[in-house]
Amino acid sequence: MGATTLSHRGMPGLLHRDRTVAGPGFSRWMVPPAALCVHLCIGEAYAFSVFNLPMTKLIGITKSAPDDWKLTELGWIFSIAIVVLGLSAAVMGRWVEEGGPRRAMATAGVCFGGGFLVSALGISVHNIWLVYLGYGVLGGIGLGLGYISPVSTLIKWFPDRPGMATGMAIMGFGGAAFIASPLSVALMRYFSTPTHIGVAETFVVLGIVYFCFMEVGAAVVRLPPPGWAPAGYVVPAQSKKLVTTRHVFVYQALKTPQFWLIWFVLCLNVTAGIGVLGQASAMSQEMFPGRVTVSAAAGFVGLMSLFNMGGRFFWASVSDFIGRKNTYFVFFALGFVLYALVPLAGGAGNVALFVLCFCIIISMYGGGFATVPAYLKDMFGTRYVGAIHGWLLTAWSAAGVLGPVLVNYIRQYNVDNGVPKAQAYNNTMYILAALLVAGFLCNLFIRAVHERHYMAEDAADAVGMAN
Amino acid sequence: MMAAQAQHGTTPLHLILAWGFVGIPLAWGVIETVLNAIKLFQ
Repeated sequence: MGATTLSHRGMPGLLHRDRTVAGPGFSRWMVPPAALCVHLCIGEAYAFSVFNLPMTKLIGITKSAPDDWKLTELGWIFSIAIVVLGLSAAVMGRWVEEGGPRRAMATAGVCFGGGFLVSALGISVHNIWLVYLGYGVLGGIGLGLGYISPVSTLIKWFPDRPGMATGMAIMGFGGAAFIASPLSVALMRYFSTPTHIGVAETFVVLGIVYFCFMEVGAAVVRLPPPGWAPAGYVVPAQSKKLVTTRHVFVYQALKTPQFWLIWFVLCLNVTAGIGVLGQASAMSQEMFPGRVTVSAAAGFVGLMSLFNMGGRFFWASVSDFIGRKNTYFVFFALGFVLYALVPLAGGAGNVALFVLCFCIIISMYGGGFATVPAYLKDMFGTRYVGAIHGWLLTAWSAAGVLGPVLVNYIRQYNVDNGVPKAQAYNNTMYILAALLVAGFLCNLFIRAVHERHYMAEDAADAVGMAN
Repeated sequence: MMAAQAQHGTTPLHLILAWGFVGIPLAWGVIETVLNAIKLFQ
């Protein structure tokens, strides 16, 4: 008698994969909100910078005291979280896939919420290492588990529209900062007094709220029953050119050239986007001195964030119709033209063209994140797509270092060599455009996975995974 | 196994509650951001 049946030993635990399988009448449209419950929380990472300045004045209150933390020390919190995100998604991807989404999402909630609480303790006793451990390590694990688990589940529920489904969840990750940023500012204002900055209290509230929100998602999420397919959808009997109906084991996928080509496709697309995303405010003010004010630049960043979020849903949905490979061709070809246009827009003093270029570029940056899980599903099948996606997220970690370094260092090199600030970004734009050409070529070389990499059908059944 | 699971089907109310639970905070955040982004055009 297996663990999936009623016995004297009782039922499998609430978090067990078998208890997550949907019963009759369950609507798959309940799963995107469950996924959003998690992604709308963990995407808070994009808004973490709102704590940076207040955390440099925890002792001095009105200005930084000598014992206060420096911005350079605080910058490590986010960096550690992103690195741990990639590592945990890669290392624990198989555990996520085989244990089911509820266990992974519930664990992600404990880690992410718990990370805030440990960090709050670190802030209270003014110990930066506790903050690194809390938000960086514990929160980073929550980020990694919470990122891949709902995405993989949505792919299984929406075999007819995997791009749209993953686009919805990953759109939530992009949109989370819209909630986290004003909420964090409001909470800090509420808890602050003339002699105290309320960051620790804010962390406690956020930790509890995020934990509850993510656990709701874990409670709602379901896996489709074995053999389930949406009404009217006929499972293709044979694989199409670049869309397989079979499955590749996670560690076997890492041995294929297709995985590494997609890794570079994602890395290059993200490098180009992340490089300008972090510098958008400064860039707009330096390229249009006197015309783009500080508050207008903040508005520009907000506008880009909206396109970042919207692009995730839009481009991933488009990929269901034109195919993943063609979608990335659009990203790289159109991106190349737009990056090359930015210096022209700056030279001509055309703010509207500049804004338009960047909004489309950033929509494709977000679109790259949202389309890639469906690309993996097409190439490697659904069975281990979450675990493979986990490994692919290391491309994000690499791009997170490469993109800002490229933009910052090349700009500084130009300024040091006497290039006016208004033109200091021109070379950077051309280099980023060249990266997109490299991405285009990587995408071009992607072919169907060789027959020898696929799992035997009974091998997957042996691990008890129907989908 | 199936007997051990929640067997009741999804009703429209479930869907409204689930989407509202995530949609309302997201809509609030988007509106806040749009209001800030408008400054770009002022």
